[in-house]
Amino acid sequence: MKIRVTYAKLGKIRFTGHRDVAHMWERTLRKAGIAVAMSVGFTPRPKMAFGLALPTGAESLIELIDITLDPVSGVTVDDLDSIADRLSTSLPVGMSVTGIRECAGTEVSLQEGVVATTWVMLVAEPENGPDIATAIERVISSAEVLLTRERKGEKHLDDIRPGILELRSADAELMSSLPADWIGESAGHAIVATLTTSGRGIRPTELVEVLVPDSDPPINPWDHLNRVLRINQWIERDGERVDVLTGRAAHTSVSA
Amino acid sequence: MTSLWSRLEPLLARVRKPARYIGCEDGAIVPQHGHGKVAWLLAYPDVYEVGLPNQGLQILYEILNERPDAVAERTYAPWVDLEALMRERGIPLFSVDSHRAAEDFDILAFNLSSELVFTNLLNMVDLAGVPVRAELRSPTDPLVMIGGHAAFNPEPMADFIDVAVLGEGEEVIGEITEVVREWKVSGRTEGSRLAVLKALAQIPGVYVPSLYGVEYDGDHIREIKPLYAGIPERVMKRTVSDLGDWDYPRRPLAPLTEVVHDRLAVEVFRGCTRGCRFCQAGMITRPVRERPAEQVRSMIVDGLQRTGYNEVSLTSLSTADFSGIESVITSIVPDPTACGAPTVSLPSLRVDAFTVGLAAKVAGGRRSGLTFAPEAGTWRLRTVINKLITEEDLYGAVESAFASGWSRAKLYFLTGLPTETDIDTQGIIDLAAGCVAVGKRHTGRANVTVSIGGFVPKSHTPFQWFGQNSVPELRRKIGLVRDAATKTKGVNVKWHDPSASLAEGLASRGDRRIGAVIERVWRDGGVFQEWSEYFKLDRWLDAMAAEGLSPDFYITRHRDEKEILPWHHLSAGLHQDFLWQDWRASLNEFGLEDCRWTPCYDCGVCTGDGLEHIVASPIPPAGGSQGTGQDLSRGGITPVTLRSKSSVGAT
Repeated sequence: MKIRVTYAKLGKIRFTGHRDVAHMWERTLRKAGIAVAMSVGFTPRPKMAFGLALPTGAESLIELIDITLDPVSGVTVDDLDSIADRLSTSLPVGMSVTGIRECAGTEVSLQEGVVATTWVMLVAEPENGPDIATAIERVISSAEVLLTRERKGEKHLDDIRPGILELRSADAELMSSLPADWIGESAGHAIVATLTTSGRGIRPTELVEVLVPDSDPPINPWDHLNRVLRINQWIERDGERVDVLTGRAAHTSVSA
Repeated sequence: MTSLWSRLEPLLARVRKPARYIGCEDGAIVPQHGHGKVAWLLAYPDVYEVGLPNQGLQILYEILNERPDAVAERTYAPWVDLEALMRERGIPLFSVDSHRAAEDFDILAFNLSSELVFTNLLNMVDLAGVPVRAELRSPTDPLVMIGGHAAFNPEPMADFIDVAVLGEGEEVIGEITEVVREWKVSGRTEGSRLAVLKALAQIPGVYVPSLYGVEYDGDHIREIKPLYAGIPERVMKRTVSDLGDWDYPRRPLAPLTEVVHDRLAVEVFRGCTRGCRFCQAGMITRPVRERPAEQVRSMIVDGLQRTGYNEVSLTSLSTADFSGIESVITSIVPDPTACGAPTVSLPSLRVDAFTVGLAAKVAGGRRSGLTFAPEAGTWRLRTVINKLITEEDLYGAVESAFASGWSRAKLYFLTGLPTETDIDTQGIIDLAAGCVAVGKRHTGRANVTVSIGGFVPKSHTPFQWFGQNSVPELRRKIGLVRDAATKTKGVNVKWHDPSASLAEGLASRGDRRIGAVIERVWRDGGVFQEWSEYFKLDRWLDAMAAEGLSPDFYITRHRDEKEILPWHHLSAGLHQDFLWQDWRASLNEFGLEDCRWTPCYDCGVCTGDGLEHIVASPIPPAGGSQGTGQDLSRGGITPVTLRSKSSVGAT
C-alpha cells in the first residue's frame, strides 16, 4: 500500500535541508516501527518519494511525501490514523503530520505533478527606494520582469513575470489563519505569492530580488526575507490548477 | 540569561549549513537552569559535523544533566562565515541547546581530541567574551577547562586554561561540580578565583597550571614544582574501574543534519594493551576494561530504537579483541529478509583472517573495501613500533578478504618512524604489491590503496623521546612511496602534505613557551588548522621565529633520559622507567606481548591505580593475536642506535 503523507515543517528545523529531511523520514519510520518497502538492488533504499524540495530556511504548512509500505506490514486503510499519530510522535520537534491518505498507484508523482506553490513571505521594507506595496504594483502591472540568474555558471537574463501567478499583500484573514507562533518576533510586509515550479521555477528569494531595489554589491535576499512559509501546492488537472490536497480549483485568477 | 536566538536567527539563512547551529537533535536535553546549579558549557573546538558524534562529550552531557546540582549544554566552533557575522554584530559564542551566551555558564569545558584544534579553543574563548589569557580573568568569567586525549600534555595551553582534567571524566565531573557549586553559592567574590582553583587542584586528575612554576636552564626545563603548599607535586589521570557501571550515552544524540559518523556508536571496551609504541591512545587509556556483552547488546537495541538509526558502530581501539564480539554480532547481525535490520560497522580491526571473517559476517551484500593498518613496511620496523603483524598475518587477512568477495583493500602506514630507513619505506609498496598479487588470484579487479601519514611523537608514549622527522624528510619519504607506486600495478597512494605535522609536533610535546606561538598563530587568523585549506606552515614558522624559539629544539631533536619533559609532573599511570625501557627495547627491535594474555610487565597502570584488566576471556582471541605466543625471536638480534637526523634516509 502506498500512502501520501502531508506534514508541516516549522521553526528552527527550517534550517535543515532537503537531504536532511529525507534522512529524518528514514529514521522516523524506523522509530515508529512502520515497515517500508525497499527498493531491490545492491543497496536497497526505502521506497519514499518526496515532493518539491523546500529551500533551506523556508517553512511549510504543506509538505508531501509518498511512502510505499511493506506488504508484510499488513497495514490497511483503518490503520492510517494510528500511523499518523506514531509518525508525529517520532518526528523531530517542528515537524508534524497534518494528513494521511491512501495513494493510488496511478496518481501522478509529486515531483512531476506540482506546477506551482503559494508562499506567505515577510519582506523587510527597503531603507531606500519604493516600499514593498509599490513594488508589488509595479511587478503585477509589468508585462515583463527581468532578473539575472545563473545557470551552469553562466548568467542569463530571464523574464520571470510569466511565472508569477499571484502576487498581493496578505490580508488580515489569511494572516490570522496561520499558526499563532509562526511570525514570532519577525516583522516585515506580509505578501502572498504563487510561483511556478515547472521548468525553471521561481524561488521566493528571486521574487525578493525584484521587489527590493538593486544595489552594488548585489543584495542578499535573505537580508530582506525575514520569514517564508509555503501554504499551498498546486497540481494541474484538465488544464486547471487545483489544490493538491482537496482537488479544488484555484480561486485566484492565474494572471494578476 | 536570555536566549540569543532572535539575534542569530536572521543570520542563519545566509550561512552555509545553518543546521549546525539549531540543536534540536533527537536525544537533546531541554536544559533546566536554576539557582545553585553549576552550568557547564561543553565545547568541541571544531565544526558541528565533527564534534556532534564525539562520545565523550555526549556521555558527560548526559551525566551532568542527570545531576540535581548541574546543567549542561553544548557548543561547537562556528564556521568562519557565521563567526564573521557574529563578530560584526557583537553576538557572543552560544550554546546550541538553548542559544544562551557562553558567559552565562560557570564552566567552559573543551574536549580536545587533537592538538591542531588548540587555536580554535582560543578563538572560541575570545568569541565568548572571556579574556584569552587565564591570568586576566575575573571571578565573573567562567572557568576554562580542557579534557580529552590532547589534554595529556596541556603545557602549551597553560596560559589559556584554568584547569586540565587528565583521563576519564565520568566521575571527576561530579567532584568538580561540587567544588564549583560552593564557589558559586559563595558569590564568586573578588579574589575568589585563586581559592576555587586551589580547591579544584585537590581533586585527583585535576591539574591547575597556574599553581605550578616552571624553571628553565637555557632551553631546557630545570624544575616544575607547585607554587603553593598543599598542591600535589604530581597529577595522576582518572580512570573508571568498571565500564559496566557507565552505560552511557543512554540517550544518544541523533542529529538532524549529516555528521561525520552518522550512526549509533556503542563503546565495547576502553583501553588497549597491544602496546603499539607510537599510539598515545593505547598508552593513556590503559587498562583494558570490557563492557559486559549483555550490556553491549541492550545498548545497541535501545540506541537503535531511540534514534531510528539502522547502523551501529562497535567502537574501541581494537574491536576484534572484544571477547564478546562473536556473540554480540551473532545476536544482532542483520537478517536480510527483515526491513530495518542494523548494519554493523567494525572500526579499528586487527590484521588477521579471523577478523576478516567477522567483517564478512557483518558486511551483508556490501563489499566496499576493507582497511588494515600494518603501519610499517618491514617486520623489522614493525618490531620497533611493536605492531607485531607478520607478512603471513597480512597476506592471510588479504587472502581471506578477496576470497570473501572484496576487491579493494586499504592499508594504513606511518612514515617517519624511529630507525626507519629507505628499505622500510620502500617495503610499504612491496607489501602492497604482495597484497595485489594475492588479490589477483581471486579477482582481476583487485587493487590496494596505501594511505600514508607522517608520524608525530606524543607524550606519555615510549616514543616521547624521539626526534620527529622534518617536513622535507617526510615529504621525501612520501615521494619514495609515490614513485614506487607508479611502477606497481594495482597500487594507489593517498597522502596528506606533512606540513601540518610540524604544528602538531610542536603542540604535542611543547612546553609553556609554545603558548605564545599558539596565540600568535590564532591572532594571525590561524583557525581550523585541521582543515588543510586553512593551514599555513609559514604562520607557525613565523610565530616561532618571532618568539625566538627553535623548531629543531621542540620538534626534530631526540631527547635523552635525563631531560625533564614538559609533562613530567603529569601521569597517565605509566612508569617513566617502563616507558624508557620500552623505548630502548624498541631500538633493539624487541617486541612486547599483550599483557592481557601473558604475564604483567608492570607498565605501572594497574599496580599504581589498584585497577586490573577486565576481560571476559582468559585466552587470546581466535586467529592472529599479534605477538601473543608468536615467535618474536627475529627481533633483538642487532642492537640499533639512533643516528643523527642529518643522515638522510635514517631517523
